[in-house]
Amino acid sequence: MIEIKNLHKSYKMGSNSLHVLKGINFSVEEGELVAIMGSSGSGKSTLLNILGMLDELDEGSYDLDGVPIKNLNETKAAQYRNKFLGFIFQSFNLINYKSAVENVALPLYYQKVGRKERHEKALKYLEQVGLKEWATHLPSELSGGQKQRVAIARAMAAEPKVLLADEPTGALDSKTSYEVMDLIQKINDAGNTILVVTHEPDIADMCKRIVHLKDGVIVEDKKIEQVRASQYV
Amino acid sequence: MKFIFDSNTWQEIFGSIGKNKTRTAITIIGVLWGIFIYIALAGAAKGLDNGFERAFESVAMNSMFVWAQSTSMPYEGYKTDRQLQLKLSDVATLQNRLPEIQYIAPRNAKGVFDGSPASVVKGMKSSTSPVYGDYPVYTKIATKKIYDGGRFINDEDIQQARKVAVIGERTQQDLFEKDENPIGNFIKVDNIYFQIIGVHKFVPGGGFESDTDIYIPYTTFKKLYNTGDNVDWLTIAAYNDADVVQAETNVKNVLKSIHKVNPKDERAFGAFNLGEIFNRITGFAKGLTFLSLIVGIATILAGVISIGNILLISVKERTKELGVRRALGATPAEVRNQIILESVFLTVIAGILGIILGAGVLKLIDVLTQGTDFPYTNPTLPIPYVLGALAIMIILGTLIGLIPAQRAVSIKPIDALREE
Repeated sequence: MIEIKNLHKSYKMGSNSLHVLKGINFSVEEGELVAIMGSSGSGKSTLLNILGMLDELDEGSYDLDGVPIKNLNETKAAQYRNKFLGFIFQSFNLINYKSAVENVALPLYYQKVGRKERHEKALKYLEQVGLKEWATHLPSELSGGQKQRVAIARAMAAEPKVLLADEPTGALDSKTSYEVMDLIQKINDAGNTILVVTHEPDIADMCKRIVHLKDGVIVEDKKIEQVRASQYV
Repeated sequence: MKFIFDSNTWQEIFGSIGKNKTRTAITIIGVLWGIFIYIALAGAAKGLDNGFERAFESVAMNSMFVWAQSTSMPYEGYKTDRQLQLKLSDVATLQNRLPEIQYIAPRNAKGVFDGSPASVVKGMKSSTSPVYGDYPVYTKIATKKIYDGGRFINDEDIQQARKVAVIGERTQQDLFEKDENPIGNFIKVDNIYFQIIGVHKFVPGGGFESDTDIYIPYTTFKKLYNTGDNVDWLTIAAYNDADVVQAETNVKNVLKSIHKVNPKDERAFGAFNLGEIFNRITGFAKGLTFLSLIVGIATILAGVISIGNILLISVKERTKELGVRRALGATPAEVRNQIILESVFLTVIAGILGIILGAGVLKLIDVLTQGTDFPYTNPTLPIPYVLGALAIMIILGTLIGLIPAQRAVSIKPIDALREE
């Protein structure tokens, strides 16, 4: 599904350049649930941004579902993002003047799905995350956990190949964190490929594989026995 | 362009501009005010223009009166201070020499500038009236509205020096009973019997005319008051395309040559140039229209710029939202189009509201000035002006929307998401 070879990325900070990713080799199979761990500054967010086509790689190659991701213009990147990827952010990033169902329907809007179909699909995904009765509520009327579940439904709505979650539980208390992880595990159980960036070991343990980043290189990449979040809920 | 007709696009636009209703309203007021000023000023200028035109409708726009005074310079053996007298033969000479003259009507009058008004008697009732000796051509220059059943002086009246008279409506009231038809009846004007051929409607519009004026044929006037071929003054209308100021100079020059007056003598002939005054007034109205155009467009421009300004702030505020949209698959073109469309939409809505408000105020002024002397009639604004204003607003809205739109696009989704 994801194939990364010898990935390098550096940022120019004034006169000196900061080498953030120093040769990452990394691949993800379909149906995997991967945790990318690392302290801040380890390059995990940069890696996720490159995976999410929000940032460009300097060197190396990145294939997503057999499509080489290189030198995309903004329009092409937008189309690929819409087709291949679903994003889940730490701060949810829901559009605050749109209701839950409208937020979920937004990726479908950019897929040019008709309004009625969009609404039905969005409701279906809201139902999956258990928030159907909250469909018409604005984000400000939802709790943090509910917001993240709406965001997950939104990421799912476009039926992407890969879900990218950037610290999905970073803004939540541990109980809601486990609820969200439970949801992510269930989505993974249904066969979706998910990458989770986190620095919390208990969250990482709920994935099936942990990739440790340190100073821009992978120091550890191991399959683990998944801890089910449902036991904490 | 398909996105313009896509209901989804509009849903997005309504969503984002409805988000901050106060700001949207204030933004709209900026442009609304601009278009309102434009419509109100341009319409009022048009109304004034129409009003002036109506005030002058009874007189040919490019007409003048010319009369004789006395010389102020000696010439060809004549002394200074010679009293001049216009003659009937001057009419033909002027017409022959000056092709720009369309109509020329010699007039005599008693009881207007000199002499006493004629006594008018019917039976036991009497009144006094100024009397004019006229040619039929006079009505070509100054419209005389004659009540039904009557007529003005005609050529046969002149040839036969008929004793016929057109009287004023006031004289009719003074001498006749309400149900009595004056046409065909006889009255005595300065002890001579005249048959009434018409009653003229008095149109107030300045000048020296009144509702008691009596018009009789020039030839009859000549016999009645023994004035010979003398003419008190000439009423002259130039062709529409003629320069009326030049025409006045030409007329005076011809008269000076006929009457042997020093060509440099400025005081020998007097003139009142209605065309020149009218030109000045219409020039004023035109200037007003032009001014309203400038002021209106400038105000619209200021309003549109404020929309651009507000949208720029809005884009800054929505950086994160736009980043999310980009992450969810919005292409730069989609983001740009949305911002531009928001700009155009706000501009056009404001414009339409402004037009409606402006039209309402124009109507109000029209109603309030109805039946007053204020020269203000039918303050319409030509449709092309309105459409032009709308077009300008759409163009400006697009151009000004480009700035925030470009800014929105230039933000990379990753930077947008990072922003807290």
